[in-house]
Amino acid sequence: MNPVYRRRRMVNRIIMTASLLASAFGVIWLFLILLTLVTKGVPALSLDVFTERTRMSGGGLGNAILGSLIMTALATVGGTIIGIAAGTWLAEYGGRSRLANTIRFINDVLLSAPSIIIGLYIYAVVVLPMGHFSGWAGVAALMVIIIPVVIRSTEDMLLLVPNSLREAAAALGAHRWLIVLRVCYSGARAGITTGVLLGCARISGETAPLLFTALNTNQWNFFNMGSEMPNLPMVLYQNMTINSFIPAQVSLAWAGALILTVAVLMLNILARVSAARSQK
Amino acid sequence: MTTGSSVTPQAAEGDRMQKLSASAHERSALRRNGLVDRVFEITTRGSALMVLLLLGTITGSLILAGWPALSELGLSFFTDDRWAANINRFGALPAIYGTLVTSLIAIAIAIPVSLGIAIFLTEICPPKLRRTIGTMVELLAGVPSIIYGMWGMEVLAPFLQSHFPSIFPAGTGLTTAGLILAIMIIPFITAVTRDVMHTVPPIMRESAYGLGCTTWEVVRHVIFPSVKAGMLGGVILGLGRALGETMAVTFVIGNNLFLSATLTGQGTSIAALIANQFSEADGLQRSALLLLGLVLFLITFAVLALARFMLNRMNQRAPS
Repeated sequence: MNPVYRRRRMVNRIIMTASLLASAFGVIWLFLILLTLVTKGVPALSLDVFTERTRMSGGGLGNAILGSLIMTALATVGGTIIGIAAGTWLAEYGGRSRLANTIRFINDVLLSAPSIIIGLYIYAVVVLPMGHFSGWAGVAALMVIIIPVVIRSTEDMLLLVPNSLREAAAALGAHRWLIVLRVCYSGARAGITTGVLLGCARISGETAPLLFTALNTNQWNFFNMGSEMPNLPMVLYQNMTINSFIPAQVSLAWAGALILTVAVLMLNILARVSAARSQK
Repeated sequence: MTTGSSVTPQAAEGDRMQKLSASAHERSALRRNGLVDRVFEITTRGSALMVLLLLGTITGSLILAGWPALSELGLSFFTDDRWAANINRFGALPAIYGTLVTSLIAIAIAIPVSLGIAIFLTEICPPKLRRTIGTMVELLAGVPSIIYGMWGMEVLAPFLQSHFPSIFPAGTGLTTAGLILAIMIIPFITAVTRDVMHTVPPIMRESAYGLGCTTWEVVRHVIFPSVKAGMLGGVILGLGRALGETMAVTFVIGNNLFLSATLTGQGTSIAALIANQFSEADGLQRSALLLLGLVLFLITFAVLALARFMLNRMNQRAPS
């Protein structure tokens, strides 16, 4: 065989094997992390984990799960409303104007801005003036994180709606707002839902912004948004750092980590399934 | 809005065509719809403007809150290598150094791996597996960062310490943090790289294969050159993520406030320092931490802006 060709084939084989190994390297971490979560988290799971509140000895994660659900839900609802409105303006009215381009650019940057900065920001504008940590501050921080995600997906999805649909509706005499509400949104609904689900998944695992906003508490907090709000990520953080000398707290943290990860990954998979279905 | 204005003049000259003119009821409906149109646009524009407001208030509040520290410490804040709250010395150099070093280590590990995964997914993966493997890599990005931190502290750091005690004396440290960060940003870089590689027209690929190129030669000489800017954008995007990552880094970086000479030694990063000290800080220390937050925001903003700039240029060239 031609030596030049043999060398080229060799190089090709080496690179392709390397990229196969890289893929294995990339995927294996997911399994390693899930394996650790299952081996350490499952033994610590029990009904008490979901119903008891956090205590220094024993206890469960019930209050933290409830607090996380409340804050994530409120932030998702608020962020969805504002995000969809802003995304609608960018796609339907903003066009290529300088203002729209600036907003788009800044939104893209905020999309990946460090979440701890968002926490500091809410601390400076909400917590300091109010004088104490509160559930509202936590919701505000999570909202600042989810809004750019929703704006981005709303705009992208609205731009995919063909213009001929808008023109057809306009030819029938529909007004602009009616076209957007009835024609554009129904065409983009699946994609926007995907974006909202992904954003919701992202904020439910966020810890850093809650550190200075909602903080954490050992007590049940049923919708008293004016005071500190217990939440799952902060319990994990505290149990693994300042309480890490108590073995029961550490195993409780692993149970919480398992619950949190399963919830977040389920949201992610749900988002992907709804995206895949909308493509068909 | 356009429909409203184009119908109204017709209604005005409707005397000649009585049957086509709008009734009083229809005219009021048109007026009402025109009003709704205007309200709708103003509301949505207001929401969009909130993005600008957010950026302005984030920068403004951090500058305002960090100002006392900046005026007190001056430039020594950036050059002093000692952060000691008990003696009111706040030098950000170890934290800035730790942030940059961990991010660069992460990028150095993540680039080859991400490129490999992207090549695998676009060129050699059987189509049936493509979706599954792609999803698994993307799910890595979905795992909350605190989980990475816990896993890094409880599994990775002890593993490194027991198997490579000479390189990782404590298990935790700058390199361990860099490794965790690399795992976290691989999905981002892979996703961007894969997407821009898909924008290369199939005909370019096919003509190269037709000339007798191997897969690697097609990738190296046809695909890479045409998506260089996009790949670089993806890498810088990953760098932006790594710079600001907090929880994962806090667990494994060691939280040593001194400037560490070795890459595997313990250190701290801006985000980790803020997370560790903020809750019990007040006065000058709190202001210094907020100033540190501003520094981090400015660094990431510059990096992310650069990434977006490169990616946008890419999108304009090859819309897909």
